[in-house]
Amino acid sequence: MGIFRWLTPLCLKALHLNPLGLVLLMALSLPAYSQTEADPGQALLTNLADASSREMDAAIEAIVDSGDPRARDWLNAFGNNRLSRIEETGQVVEVLRNVGRNWTIADPLTGENLGEMSRRELDRVNINNAIRGKLEGVLAMLDLYSDNPEVQEAAAEAMMGKVNASVVKPLTKLLERDLPGPIRNRIEESVAIYQLEQGDAEAQAQAITVLTGSLHSNARAALNNAVAGDDPALAASAKEALVSIEQKLKMNRAAETLYFGLSLGSVLVLAAIGLAITFGVMGVINMAHGELIMLGAYTTWGMQQLLPGQPGLALILSIPAGFLVAALAGIAIERSVIQHLKGRPLETLLATFGVSLILQQLVRTVISPLNRSVTTPEWMSGSLVINDALSLTLNRMYVIGFALVVFAGLMLIMRKTRLGLEVRAVTQNRAMARSMGIRATRVDILTFGLGSGVAGLAGVALSQITNVGPNLGQNYIIDSFMVVVFGGVGNLWGTLLAGLSLGTINQILEPWAGSVLAKIMVLVLIILFIQKRPKGLFPQKGRAAEG
Amino acid sequence: MPTSQTWLLRPLQERSTQIFLGVLFAAVALVTLLHLIMPEGHALHVSAYTVTLLGKYLCYALLAVAVDLVWGYLGILSLGHGAFFAIGGYAMGMYLMRQIGDRGVYGDPVLPDFMVFLNWDSLPWYWQGFDMAWFAFIMVLLAPGLLALVFGFLAFRSRVTGVYLSIITQALTFALMLAFFRNEMGFGGNNGLTDFRDILGFNLRTDATRLGLFIATGIALAIGYVICRGIVTSKLGRVSVACRDAEARTRFLGYRVERVQLFVFVVSAMLAGVAGALYVPQVGIINPSEFSPLFSIEIVVWVALGGRATLYGAVIGAILVNYAKTVFTGVMPDAWLFALGGLFVLVTVFLPKGIAGLLQKRQKPDEDSNADPSKPKPQEATA
Repeated sequence: MGIFRWLTPLCLKALHLNPLGLVLLMALSLPAYSQTEADPGQALLTNLADASSREMDAAIEAIVDSGDPRARDWLNAFGNNRLSRIEETGQVVEVLRNVGRNWTIADPLTGENLGEMSRRELDRVNINNAIRGKLEGVLAMLDLYSDNPEVQEAAAEAMMGKVNASVVKPLTKLLERDLPGPIRNRIEESVAIYQLEQGDAEAQAQAITVLTGSLHSNARAALNNAVAGDDPALAASAKEALVSIEQKLKMNRAAETLYFGLSLGSVLVLAAIGLAITFGVMGVINMAHGELIMLGAYTTWGMQQLLPGQPGLALILSIPAGFLVAALAGIAIERSVIQHLKGRPLETLLATFGVSLILQQLVRTVISPLNRSVTTPEWMSGSLVINDALSLTLNRMYVIGFALVVFAGLMLIMRKTRLGLEVRAVTQNRAMARSMGIRATRVDILTFGLGSGVAGLAGVALSQITNVGPNLGQNYIIDSFMVVVFGGVGNLWGTLLAGLSLGTINQILEPWAGSVLAKIMVLVLIILFIQKRPKGLFPQKGRAAEG
Repeated sequence: MPTSQTWLLRPLQERSTQIFLGVLFAAVALVTLLHLIMPEGHALHVSAYTVTLLGKYLCYALLAVAVDLVWGYLGILSLGHGAFFAIGGYAMGMYLMRQIGDRGVYGDPVLPDFMVFLNWDSLPWYWQGFDMAWFAFIMVLLAPGLLALVFGFLAFRSRVTGVYLSIITQALTFALMLAFFRNEMGFGGNNGLTDFRDILGFNLRTDATRLGLFIATGIALAIGYVICRGIVTSKLGRVSVACRDAEARTRFLGYRVERVQLFVFVVSAMLAGVAGALYVPQVGIINPSEFSPLFSIEIVVWVALGGRATLYGAVIGAILVNYAKTVFTGVMPDAWLFALGGLFVLVTVFLPKGIAGLLQKRQKPDEDSNADPSKPKPQEATA
């Protein structure tokens, strides 16, 4: 029986996909039955086939009550006009293929293929529309009894707002059983919706209590109907319930905004933190930073092209690959352009802007001016459902986590390694650091490589939430600069805080003002903020602040 | 140097200004003559299309001069001058829209077509008055000037300079671009303002008007150049160069650095606005793409190529780069961004003084230290 329990859900799943697959699975799963002396299913089916339209209800109920795991398939076949009788023997069979003169039939008890038979020898088990309508509810009920919690949940969800008189009783009976929390809630709610519409005063009052706890849109619709209804007492209490639901929805919406804000913020942090290193620590404006992000994103895309069918592996591999590609590109920029412009920040800005134009155009001509889509691996898609009104998409959650990990890693490098020490020394006083034996040029290269590599990492992360195109970097460069300026140059903590808060502010303003206005307002906000604190949230202090 | 002359007349006695004005007027006169006298089809005939194209270059040249004034002589790298250019252009565009009158597609005597399309029933308040030329022309100066005044006041007061200022100016033009893309702003959204008919009663589609606009642009460039030259040779100009080279030291000497910066910045913004206003009737359209950060930064590279802090270099750079752009985008459009990007890198790395630097090298070394902004700042060297 163990293997059977395990296979049934598979059967039910397969049913939705492909009837042939179902038969196959049934054949595998049914030997336990076929070996018993007389299959009780035989009698049930014969009973169904014999039943007059009045007795049909009873016959269907008998099948459901039997608890037979094949019941769903039988009823399904019945509903689809696929249950027939062989005229000669009276055996009930399932028609697999009803095209042409000879139909393929199978034994519904064992799933065994019985070959072809002329359709003249078959007698269809008739069904009328009234029965078919009821059958739908019955089938949903059957799913509720399923062993598979997923099937159960989907069935419970489907019940919402569709409860009618015929299923209320079995549903109430079902509630007496031990059910997992969410499914129980769902069923209670769907019964409550029915009671609110059809039940007596007591049942209605109880229904409102149940629905008050629900965030499902159908529950709200039912309550709204009650408010509009004739019964003033009911309308008043329904209104009350709606107000309390609205309150909860507001909280959930706030939580969602916060989540989106944090995820946008962590994207900004990822994009800006590499910039914070090259701009803040080295005093170099790298306008090509956005294009380094783009390179990271394209590396992800390229990796997925190299490893077709394994998006997850490709994504993981593209983390180091994206870092390397962007870091090498960054070092190349540093060696070929930036080192010649030391001490001339404005010229550096212009030259790197030129580099960014070249890189963009390069991608446009070599790959394509169109956006490329990067597949999201399965373990990153989907969302974490908190309740009916709040579900958090997983890919954004991964990005938030990734941003924090990258931040922590950079923090460790800057604080705990020899390189970090040398970088800080060179930042504070280049001449002094050199006289202490630090090879400043080498530090420059490594710092720039590090900052650029982080941009590559940002690109890998971005590829999971936006389209990968030649303009990807351009869209983030101004925002990234804003984050660095807001947070205070040369301060990683400032970048983190600034990125997260700017992202959140943006998301809070967005529903209220629209996305474009929100962006403008954030920009104006930053310009005004700089009035008060020209050096950002966390200004550098002491000698490092000069120059 | 005699001090009795007014600052505006002094540049006229300078050799470099005389040469510049001479060349400019000669070129404008030559183009005008070739357009009018030579019969169509003749090898030396300058078509109306070319006249307008040259007029566009001259607008860009004026814009470049404005940028050179703040970048070359004040040390402020503005990456947002396209915004002032575009605002001047929009002011002119609004005037031209109102001139269409009831000849638009929808035939509304007051409302421009796009407003009818958006179902607006009356003109927004900021469109009032633009049916009068004098009002529109004042706004061409006032609107960019006011924006520069507010923005500059906020920025310079809190001593935002250097790369910070550059980034903020870029953010400014970016924000404006996003804003002007919105239909609700009342500036035609994505499509901008277009389909103009006439200016001051002259039909914009006739060759004579085009030629007139070209000549007007030439004159505007000459005046703009003289104003800038006047500023940089005045005491104010010297202080502004001092701000560029050693801001803190200038401040310690008792000069109000932020006032100098604000004044020069506002003048430059107004010049950019005029350039935009002359640009719009010649190209026949103004839309939010003029606000794009790329355009603003392109202006800077014109100046860098021509030679910073020379003014005439800016003119040379603007004309050269835009001529190259016209040629490139016609022959191989894909290569233009490569060429532009390469130009950015090559000019900054190998040609820090631009073309003007090459010209000066031929002559004897110039004593005017104004022309050498690329020298490291003494203040920084000793810090």
